[in-house]
Amino acid sequence: MRVLALVKRISQQMIRDKRALALMMVAPLLILTLLDYLLTSETVTPKIGVAHVDDMLIEQLEEMDIAVLTYDDIEDKEQIIIDKELDGFLRMEDDNIQITLKNANPSTAKALQMKIQQAVAAVSAKEQANKLSLFIQQIQEKAPGNLIELEQGKALEIDTDYIYGKQDTTFFDQLSPILVGYFVFFFVFLISGIALLRERTTGTLDRLLATPIQRREIVFGYLLGYGLFAIIQTIIVVFYAVKVLDITLIGSLWHVILINLTIALVALSLGILLSAFANSEFQMMQFIPIAIIPQIFFAGIFPVEGMADWLQVIAKGMPMYYAGNALVDVMYKGLGISDIQYDLLILLGFAIVFILLNIVTLKKYRDI
Amino acid sequence: MASTIVIKDVSKSYGKKIVLNQINLTVESGQIFGLIGPSGSGKTTLVKMIVGMNRPSHGDVHVLNTLVPNLNLMQKIGYMAQADALYGDLTGEENLRFFASLFKLKKEEQKVRINYAANLVNLTAHLKKKVQDYSGGMKRRLSLAVALIQDPQILILDEPTVGIDPELRQSIWTEIRRLKTTGKTILITTHVMDEADKCDRLAMVRDGEILASGTPAELKEQYNITSLEEVFLKAGGKKG
Ligand SMILES: Nc1ncnc2c1ncn2[C@@H]1O[C@H](COP(=O)(O)OP(=O)(O)O)[C@@H](O)[C@H]1O
Ligand SMILES: [Mg+2]
Repeated sequence: MRVLALVKRISQQMIRDKRALALMMVAPLLILTLLDYLLTSETVTPKIGVAHVDDMLIEQLEEMDIAVLTYDDIEDKEQIIIDKELDGFLRMEDDNIQITLKNANPSTAKALQMKIQQAVAAVSAKEQANKLSLFIQQIQEKAPGNLIELEQGKALEIDTDYIYGKQDTTFFDQLSPILVGYFVFFFVFLISGIALLRERTTGTLDRLLATPIQRREIVFGYLLGYGLFAIIQTIIVVFYAVKVLDITLIGSLWHVILINLTIALVALSLGILLSAFANSEFQMMQFIPIAIIPQIFFAGIFPVEGMADWLQVIAKGMPMYYAGNALVDVMYKGLGISDIQYDLLILLGFAIVFILLNIVTLKKYRDI
Repeated sequence: MASTIVIKDVSKSYGKKIVLNQINLTVESGQIFGLIGPSGSGKTTLVKMIVGMNRPSHGDVHVLNTLVPNLNLMQKIGYMAQADALYGDLTGEENLRFFASLFKLKKEEQKVRINYAANLVNLTAHLKKKVQDYSGGMKRRLSLAVALIQDPQILILDEPTVGIDPELRQSIWTEIRRLKTTGKTILITTHVMDEADKCDRLAMVRDGEILASGTPAELKEQYNITSLEEVFLKAGGKKG
């Protein structure tokens, strides 16, 4: 009953606090939308200049979506790259190919280099094949009689199949499940933590503790009260991500919501817990770089398996590691509940530990 | 008369600082008991201990023959804190209703008690206003209303009349006396001497110790003077 009184009060306060509501409900959508545009925007066609390159290679390059500008001869490749805003320059000298890359952005430069190498390899394979058939033809002319029909040599083609995602999957598709969970985590943490902190600094927590309310009733009241808003937030964020931004969702939407609700529970209990160790809202903010930001690094954006051993140990102490795992499993890989139950249980474990610690921590203010 | 509050050998220290030093005090049922002393003397600390919000470092407190702290006891104590602790983003009525439901009052009873308490402190017309738009005096009055909400047997009021204009102060005292006639026990702290005269019994606190206690008349007689203010100066001076 007292728990419900608290839930009701928290809801009244929250509904009146338009800024907090907007922060919780709208801010994650804005950030997701922005990232969606940033990370899925069309990659620009790279532009390179060439000199003394044969037509076959140029054709091949153009086939690979590279804009090619042909120059007769050039004095200064670097100057041309910069003046004409080229991404690179290709030049044949004798039998050598010399590539100059602008490398303004290392990852696009790497991609361009790969493409050029592929094009060169394809052309030389074709040339080899042509030479071979020419050679056989000559032999046959010198020794007529038994005609050998030779198939035209062909460069190898690579067919790629994907277990997860498809050819046009972008980084955002893998990142977005993690971000959806992270935003739920972040905003729920912040709002519930600051709420209990304010309760303490304005003296109302003390006043509350002068009534027969039990410590656990306060904790559960907070969990439920802010939990309600976390549920609404989770549903809005997940639906927006899936239905509006069209983020890859192969598994079940309900599993995604279930995971996010578990994340919200962890964030709630952690926020309330840490607020006990802050004396002002600014001190609460100081927990963000320590307790919140590092979580995103271990949530699966960078492959944890590749990290140093001690980093992997840290990763496994972070709720977002399990949350990110579960979300990527469901949204991107389309796995089912049996694959995420382990992650969910660990997240619940975190929440239970934080809740118990909360009940104990409140002893600081009233020891019964 | 039964003793409602019995404080025995209570000391309290925070770290090395001794805030209360061997306090002995008994408040009889149906009394208006005044704790009087300058600011920083330990009144709030003592009062919070009676409510059960902090534990004595030494000694014990019994209220209604029950050892404090005790959650059931809190149901029977109406507490008005020295600093207003109200939810500014809620209306006066919502504040009262929230506390009423913490004391598990039924819907009907809530309505009756909210009306009664709001009327008592002259806030009925302002119940729908948000508390953040209240004046200091209005907040003080709302705090008093909150303390009365569950119709408690014991009222503990920590400087209830600070920041309240004389007219309302008068009416609050009238109500305190009326509450006394209904059998309630009232413990009130103040640093205003003229309020001390209105109490049945007094204890003078300074530096965490009780300098003197008795009825206002007894104290005046004991120190052979007419105003309590002088008693205080004398008692305090005697101690050095
Ligand atoms: N939680 C605390 N920690 C340390 N010192 C405290 C604490 N609470 C009160 N005090 C000290 O105890 C003394 C008495 O305070 P208080 O009981 O508020 O006095 P009063 O209510 O008579 O003004 C003050 O010196 C105050 O600084
Ligand atoms: Mg005080």
